[in-house]
Amino acid sequence: MSLLELDDVSVTYRIAGGEVPAVRGVSLALNAGEALGIVGESGSGKSSLAMAILRLLPRDARTGGRILLDGDDVLTMTWGRLRAVRWAEASIVFQGAQHGLNPVRRIGEQIAEPLLVHKLAGPEKARRRVAELLDQVGLPAWRAKSYPHELSGGQRQRVMIAMALACEPRLIIADEPTTALDVMVQAQVLTLIKELVAAEDIALLMISHDLSVLADLCDRLAVMYAGRVVETGPSGGAFAHPYSRALSAAFPTIGDPASRLAPKGLGGDPPDPAELPSGCVFHPRCPVALESCSTVNIDLRPAGDRRTAACVLVGEEV
Amino acid sequence: MLEARNLSVEFASRGRRARAVDGVNLAVGAGEIVALVGESGCGKTTLARTLLGLEKPAGGEVFYDGKPLSYKARELKAYRRRVQLVLQDPTGSLNPRQTVYEAVAEGPRIHKLPDEEKVVADALSRAGLRPPERFFLRYPHELSGGQRQRVVIAGALALNPDVLIADEPVASLDASVRGEILALLLRLRDDLGLSALVVTHDLGLAWNIADRVAVMYLGRIVESGPTEQVLQSPQHPYTKALLSVLPESPEKIVLTGEPPDPTRIPSGCRFHPRCQVVFGDCRTVPLQILPAAETQQAACHLLKLDG
Ligand SMILES: Nc1ncnc2c1ncn2[C@@H]1O[C@H](COP(=O)(O)OP(=O)(O)OP(=O)(O)O)[C@@H](O)[C@H]1O
Ligand SMILES: Nc1ncnc2c1ncn2[C@@H]1O[C@H](COP(=O)(O)OP(=O)(O)OP(=O)(O)O)[C@@H](O)[C@H]1O
Ligand code: SF4
Ligand code: SF4
Ligand SMILES: [Mg+2]
Ligand SMILES: [Mg+2]
Repeated sequence: MSLLELDDVSVTYRIAGGEVPAVRGVSLALNAGEALGIVGESGSGKSSLAMAILRLLPRDARTGGRILLDGDDVLTMTWGRLRAVRWAEASIVFQGAQHGLNPVRRIGEQIAEPLLVHKLAGPEKARRRVAELLDQVGLPAWRAKSYPHELSGGQRQRVMIAMALACEPRLIIADEPTTALDVMVQAQVLTLIKELVAAEDIALLMISHDLSVLADLCDRLAVMYAGRVVETGPSGGAFAHPYSRALSAAFPTIGDPASRLAPKGLGGDPPDPAELPSGCVFHPRCPVALESCSTVNIDLRPAGDRRTAACVLVGEEV
Repeated sequence: MLEARNLSVEFASRGRRARAVDGVNLAVGAGEIVALVGESGCGKTTLARTLLGLEKPAGGEVFYDGKPLSYKARELKAYRRRVQLVLQDPTGSLNPRQTVYEAVAEGPRIHKLPDEEKVVADALSRAGLRPPERFFLRYPHELSGGQRQRVVIAGALALNPDVLIADEPVASLDASVRGEILALLLRLRDDLGLSALVVTHDLGLAWNIADRVAVMYLGRIVESGPTEQVLQSPQHPYTKALLSVLPESPEKIVLTGEPPDPTRIPSGCRFHPRCQVVFGDCRTVPLQILPAAETQQAACHLLKLDG
C-alpha cells in the first residue's frame, strides 16, 4: 500500500457568480522514501492539490474524491485524527513561507513550538532537538537565538524545513520551496532536501513550476495542466504529451546547439479555469492538435516505460 | 555603443559604505545582446540603473556613442530616449488603473512625439500584441503575465530606442511564456538592430539569447566573453560553480555561506572566502580589473600561473 494515495481528487472554489474547477480528477500514489514532483504553470492547480491533502483549503473550496494517507481517508477523518496527522505524519512547506515566520520571536522558539504544544518534549529536550534540527539543515546551533530578519532568504527557508522536520513526519509536501531564491542558495536548499529524503526515508511531494528543479530531485514526475494531470512518468525520460514537451523545451540545456539563440515557448495563453476549452483543454495551444481534439477529451493512457499521458496521439505512437 | 568604464557605485548602509559596483568595465556593441549574470545582491541592478543614468557613479564613467554621459536634466532626458529600461516584474511596473494605451503612450507624451496613436500601435505590434487596437483599452488585470510583460516592452519600444536594458525580463513568467518573450527580444535585435543588456541569474536564458556573457561577483566582472566559451569552458572558479549547480550538471560545486556583503569586500581576490581552489596568493594579492574586451577573460590568479 502506498503511503499517500490520491483517487479522483477534485477541488472547486465557489466564487461570486460561479465556480472555479481548480483541480479536476487527479489520481496519484506516493511510497515511503520516494520523491514525486508535480509541475505545471501558474494556476494549473498545484497548490490547491497540495492544500487539499491536509485539508488546509479555505471554506469556499469543495474537495471531492479520496485522499488516503496510510489507508485512512483524510477527507472523512475526524478533526482529532486530522490534527494528529498534521503534526505527526505529514508536514507542508509553503510557497513563500519564509515570510510567514513570526518576526518578533526567535527562530529556536518557533521550531520548538510544535514539540512543546504536542508535549513531545520538555523545555530541555526541545532545546536539544532544536540544535539537532538546525544542524540537520546546516545552520549552527547559536542561530536558535536569531530573529528572522537576521537571516537571509535561504537561511529562513532552511528554518522552515527544520520546522517541517521537527515532529519526524513520514510525508513532506514542499510547495515551491526554492522559488524566489537565488541559484546558489536554491542549490543549497535542494541538496539539503535530497539528503534528508534519502537519509530519513521520507516521502516527498514536491511542487514547482520549474521542471529543471524537479527533474533533478524527484524519481517520478506528474505534469498538471488546467487542473488535470496530463502526464506521469519517471523523471529523466522523454515526455510524451505535447504540453510537457513544450514545457521541457522552454528549459534550455546549456551546450545544446538546438536551443542556442533559439528560445522556445508556447504560444497562446494559459486557460482560464472558469472558462475551460472543450475537448482536450490543451487544444487551443497544441502545436499538433487534430480536428477531433476540440471535441474529444482523452484520459491518461499508457505511453510506454511506466509512463502515462492524456493525448490522442500517444496511443498511436506506442 | 554603451559602455561602462571603471564604474563604481556606493551606498551608505547602516553607517558603512557598500560598494555595490566596484570597478566595472563593460561594453554593449550595436546590435549585440549581452547577458549580465551573477547571484542575488552582486550588483546587477545597480549597474543597470547606473548605465541608465538613474544612479550617479562614485567613480568612473558611462559612455554612450563614444561620449561620456551628462547628468544635466535635458541631456539625460534625451539619453533616456535612446536607452530604455524594461523592468523585472510586469505587475509592479504597470499602473493597474491605466489602460494599455495610456501605459505605452506615457513615454511618447513626455518626449512630445507626434502621431501618438500610430506610435503606440506600432510599439504594441512590434511587441507581439496584434492587432494592437484590440489591446488599447484593456487594463493590466485583463491580461496574462506574458501579455503584461509585452506591454512593458512595448512601452520601451515606443521611443524607438537603440538599447534596451532588461532587468530579469522573464523571471516572473511561466516557462512556456518565457520562451516567447525571449524570442521577441531576439527578433527585435534582428529586425531593428536593437542592442540589449539582459540582467539575469538564469544561465539558460543567456544560452538562449546572448552573444556575450559577463559574470559579476560582489560588484565586479570576474569573467566575460562569447556565450559559447564562457558557458561551455568557464575559466573562473565562480563561473564554474554557477554552472555546476544547474540540474543537468553531474558534479555540483555548491558554494557554502551566504552571498557576500558589499560593505566588507575581502582582501586579495574577493571570491577567496568561497573559492574551492583558493591558494596562498589569493588572500592577499589583489587582481586587476578586467578591461571591456570581446574575447574570453577571467580575473583569477590561477589563470596567470597557467600562462
Ligand atoms: N481561494 C480561491 N478562490 C477562488 N479561486 C481560487 C482560489 N485559490 C485558487 N484559485 C484558483 O484556482 C486555480 C488554481 O490555483 P493554484 O493556486 O492551485 O495554482 P498553482 O498551480 O499553485 O499556481 P502557482 O504556480 O501560481 O502557485 C487558479 O485559477 C486560481 O485562480
Ligand atoms: N539604495 C540602496 N541603498 C543601500 N544599499 C543598496 C541599495 N541598492 C542596492 N544596495 C545594495 O547593493 C548590493 C547590490 O544590489 P543589487 O540590487 O544591484 O543586486 P542584484 O545583483 O540586482 O541582486 P538581485 O539578483 O537580488 O536583484 C546589495 O548588497 C544591496 O543590498
Ligand atoms: S489530445 Fe490533441 S490537443 Fe490534446 S495534447 Fe493531444 S494532440 Fe494536442
Ligand atoms: S584568485 Fe584564487 S580565490 Fe580567486 S578565484 Fe582564483 S583561485 Fe579562487
Ligand atoms: Mg501555487
Ligand atoms: Mg536585481
